[in-house]
Amino acid sequence: MLSEALFALFLTATLMLAGCKREERQLRPSPQASQVINEAQVSGLNPGANPLPGPPTPTIYEESAYAVSEGKRLFNQYNCSGCHAHGGGGIGPPLMDNYWIYGSQPENIFATIVQGRPNGMPSFRNRIPEFQVWEIVAYVRSLSGLLPSDVAPSRSDELHVKPPEQSMPKQTPVGITGAPEPSK
Amino acid sequence: MSQQVAVPESTREPILARTWRQPGGFWGWFQNVHHTAIGVRFMVTAFIFFLLGGVLAAIMRWQLATPEHGVIGPDLYNQIFTVHGSTMIFLFAVPMMFQGFGVYLVPLICGTRNIAFPRLNAFSYYVYLVGGLLLWAGLLLRTGADAGWFAYVPLSGPEFTPGKRSDFWAQMITFTEVSALGVAVSIATTILRYRAPGMTLNRMPLILWEKLVISMAVIFAMPAVMVVSYMLLMDRTINTQFFNPAVGGDVLLYQHLFWFFGHPEVYIIFLPGTAIASTVIPVFCRRHIFGYVPIVTSVVATGILGFGVWVHHMFATGLPQMSESFFTAATLMIVIPTAVQFYCWMATIWHGRLQLMLPMLWMFGFFFVFLIGGLSGVMLASVPLNWQVHDTFFVVAHFHYVLIGGALFPMFAGLYFWIPKITGRMMNTLLGKVHFWLFFAGFNITFFTMHFLGLRGMPRRVYTYGPEMHWEGLNLLASSGVLLMATGVIVFIVNFFHSKSRGRLAGPNPWGAGSLEWAVSSPPPAYNFLELPTVNGREPLWDALPNQPVVTGLRDDIPEVLVTNSLDSEPQHRDELPPASIWPFLAAIAVSVAFIWSIFSPWGVAYGAIPVAATLLGWLWPRGHSPSPRVPEEV
Amino acid sequence: MTLARLHSGLALLAQFTGEHNSLHPAGPQASGIEWLYWVVFWITFAAFVLVVAGFTRAAVRNRSSTSEMLPLVRDLEGDRRASWAVGTAVFITVLTLFAVLFMSIITGKKVEGLTSKNPVTIQITGHQWWWEAVYPNTQADQTITTANEIHVPVGKPVVILTNSADVIHSFWAPSVHGKRDLLPGYSSAFWIQIDKPGTYAGRCAEFCGLQHAHMGFSIVAEDQDTFQRWEAQQLKPAVEPNSSETVRGRQVFLTHACVMCHTIRGTDAGSRMGPDLTHVGSRRMIAAETLPNTPGALAAWIIDPQRSKPGNKMAPNLLNPGDLGALVTYLGTLQ
Repeated sequence: MLSEALFALFLTATLMLAGCKREERQLRPSPQASQVINEAQVSGLNPGANPLPGPPTPTIYEESAYAVSEGKRLFNQYNCSGCHAHGGGGIGPPLMDNYWIYGSQPENIFATIVQGRPNGMPSFRNRIPEFQVWEIVAYVRSLSGLLPSDVAPSRSDELHVKPPEQSMPKQTPVGITGAPEPSK
Repeated sequence: MSQQVAVPESTREPILARTWRQPGGFWGWFQNVHHTAIGVRFMVTAFIFFLLGGVLAAIMRWQLATPEHGVIGPDLYNQIFTVHGSTMIFLFAVPMMFQGFGVYLVPLICGTRNIAFPRLNAFSYYVYLVGGLLLWAGLLLRTGADAGWFAYVPLSGPEFTPGKRSDFWAQMITFTEVSALGVAVSIATTILRYRAPGMTLNRMPLILWEKLVISMAVIFAMPAVMVVSYMLLMDRTINTQFFNPAVGGDVLLYQHLFWFFGHPEVYIIFLPGTAIASTVIPVFCRRHIFGYVPIVTSVVATGILGFGVWVHHMFATGLPQMSESFFTAATLMIVIPTAVQFYCWMATIWHGRLQLMLPMLWMFGFFFVFLIGGLSGVMLASVPLNWQVHDTFFVVAHFHYVLIGGALFPMFAGLYFWIPKITGRMMNTLLGKVHFWLFFAGFNITFFTMHFLGLRGMPRRVYTYGPEMHWEGLNLLASSGVLLMATGVIVFIVNFFHSKSRGRLAGPNPWGAGSLEWAVSSPPPAYNFLELPTVNGREPLWDALPNQPVVTGLRDDIPEVLVTNSLDSEPQHRDELPPASIWPFLAAIAVSVAFIWSIFSPWGVAYGAIPVAATLLGWLWPRGHSPSPRVPEEV
Repeated sequence: MTLARLHSGLALLAQFTGEHNSLHPAGPQASGIEWLYWVVFWITFAAFVLVVAGFTRAAVRNRSSTSEMLPLVRDLEGDRRASWAVGTAVFITVLTLFAVLFMSIITGKKVEGLTSKNPVTIQITGHQWWWEAVYPNTQADQTITTANEIHVPVGKPVVILTNSADVIHSFWAPSVHGKRDLLPGYSSAFWIQIDKPGTYAGRCAEFCGLQHAHMGFSIVAEDQDTFQRWEAQQLKPAVEPNSSETVRGRQVFLTHACVMCHTIRGTDAGSRMGPDLTHVGSRRMIAAETLPNTPGALAAWIIDPQRSKPGNKMAPNLLNPGDLGALVTYLGTLQ
């Protein structure tokens, strides 16, 4: 009986120290993260994967299942799905494959959302607070399996045309700049 | 049956003690399969979970004591009330009332030396322990389940609970239900086949009747919740669509399956309470129970009717009125067997000679508290009234009156009654009375108040409320009762440890009770009974003949028990029980790995099956029987 | 400053809240249930008194206070009498339960029995964590869309159609009727009627996630003329801004995050993620009855909605004071 109690105590102490980032839910973002991005555009032409001078990438969004699922909700509700569908693409390019025109790093995607891209991707500058952009970024990366499967969203309560993000195989990103063309 | 005297007692005792010896030491702890050890483990573990769940309850009452109180935020509050409910139901009430008391007492009351399937029984304990640790580890890792103890979809589903919170909850269900099923099978078999000769169905002590009915209820009800929690888990991990309305899945299906388990569960928790009542009351009224047959009929009827009332948890979903009224009728009908039992207990007290000792004091607490809970249950059974009070604090009050009244008060009665048997020492009466009055007063202050909050429109599961609702006075009152209850429980713990070392020695039968567990020393020896008893009436010790025969003919050098037939408990044959073994523990570890792994990847089921199979192989490896004729033999 | 505003707002809140008590009914549904409640209450109260009296009498009758266990007793004559007593008690119990069942069914029929050829119909959709109310009409431009504050005419049957956009909610105004779950994938309908003019509060009664506690609504019952005026007002598009301040406010609304989620009919804002704000100025409360609709509370809500309602779906908006003031003024004019 004593050994059982000690064991339980030991286990508890270990777990409490460990904590779990995946389940963290930051309900009240910091004022910093609530800012809308409003800085001047650096250059009108920025087609490659070269990192833009943007804010440093916070990691908490890609590690929190809640943040990624919020990203998924926003992706649909801000109508990203209007052009990119559920990742399969349509008017806009697909997001669930391994081909990244403007780079697959979080800061690349952040810049894409905030600044827009030629040929149709609108700029969401001044419209979406920073933390929501990062949530959408995290979700977009989960679409091609770039996030751990215990963080990526499961299926949603809707009709499905593709496996849920948590079941996407991890794909090696390729793109125009600095990476080979995808083999078709 | 022949008179004993084959071998002199003095030489048999050491042989039996060696045969039934419980392994000691660190590893011995994991090998023990004896029912008294496992039963005590269930009770102690469940009681620790009760204390933990109580701490959560106290935090919730602290948060709700004043409006807009900022002790904990909504995220933590939701995890806390979910883990509180799940702990109290799955990790405390059932393991304590059914598994703990049942595993410890049933073989003793049957007059046999161990429970049937002792290894399965030990396995059930480890599985339960891991399930409980899983849920609590989740809470400490911020992965605490947060969708309520019934985890309704779609809130608990993949879209609205990201991460692994619901998965931890769903797997905890699997663990605890596997455990309850294993114990139910063991207890039902023990009751049906291991009863002492002469303990015919007609003479079976009421507590055995109730444990039998509960075991059957567990066997029929638990699969429903295991199925539904697995469906939820599959929806969340492998993209099935059971509860996805967009593709024809059904959120109400979840509720039907859950409550098909959930309502019998209430009786699985409450019937052990009535079992304790029907055992304790005759002892302290110094007479046989009044109305044995009506009580047995009522218990069986409750077990059956309990499966026909589940929709009364779903009256607000908008089902057709006519079908809802059917469930109103069924729910009101289930009042009748409980009323019959109440009247029989009243008659027993009326025509007995009441000795108001500690267990009986708690019984009166049970009558009072459960009566209020039952009567508010009559209100809830009515469809229109249910529309108003469903999911409010009125319901919170109701089910705490039913569950604390129907399980916790009898549990304390049972503990004060049987702890002398378990530890060999009496509990302190004065501290016991202090415990009772503190707990009784605190309970009623906290929970009676909640009826009014519910009628004034306070929904349950709110982490806070505004000052404009004018609920603050009642909430503060409700929260203050917690202090009394907590003090009472602390007094009990002090009393337990004090009495354990310094209490008066109990002797075999301190209460002058009539059932077989009081025929052996306190605590019972490893082999339970030196001479297997025979039975001549419903209260074996009270009704024993002056020269009541005993069973002979069982070998002492191997762990043998006598198997009798189910109806008349005529001796049929002898059965050799397996010895202590590490395999149940290893199998439980293997099963735990498979279950927990499957939260994170469906491959956990496939790969996890390999160690499970390996440990089962070790468990079931033929051990070679001792040379003993396995045929019926005259005894 | 925000904090002080919020607190003054909370103090104001008290006077805004409507009746919220199942024992203070305002219409035939709630009063039918209230009647049943009191009948069943007195029946159960009588049963309680009788059983407690029985146990007390039994307990004091033959009580012995010795600490030794007494010898057993056997009282066959007493048991015979007890059989009759128990039998009678069970018989009375069964009769009483039949009476409860009968009254319950009758009341249920009565409460559900309301009909009308030409009722007001309101489609309620539950969202995490607010209520969308639509007064449907065959003509699209005659459809009213509002949130959290429902207006109904006094003394007229009203049909409530229910639906949910996400998880299960439960629509419950205790002074008006019992609750009805809003289940995704199911729609259902029930009738209400309010006979006394006034404001009646309601809340979500099924646990629906982080802000289940702050998911309130109110039902405003008013006479036919007032109701029709309200309807006519709600059908209009948003008021055009008429001062430089309100023009600026609308500009702020349309160029910041607001426009991503909210609709103001008559402007470019047309997203339906959050409540329709076309006539937000006419509502008494904001944020699903969490805060009063005062300029201070509204400003505090816009800047930091996660403070008073952590976890809700609205993002903070760090506007500069000038923009914020203009926005709040503009929203206030949307009567």
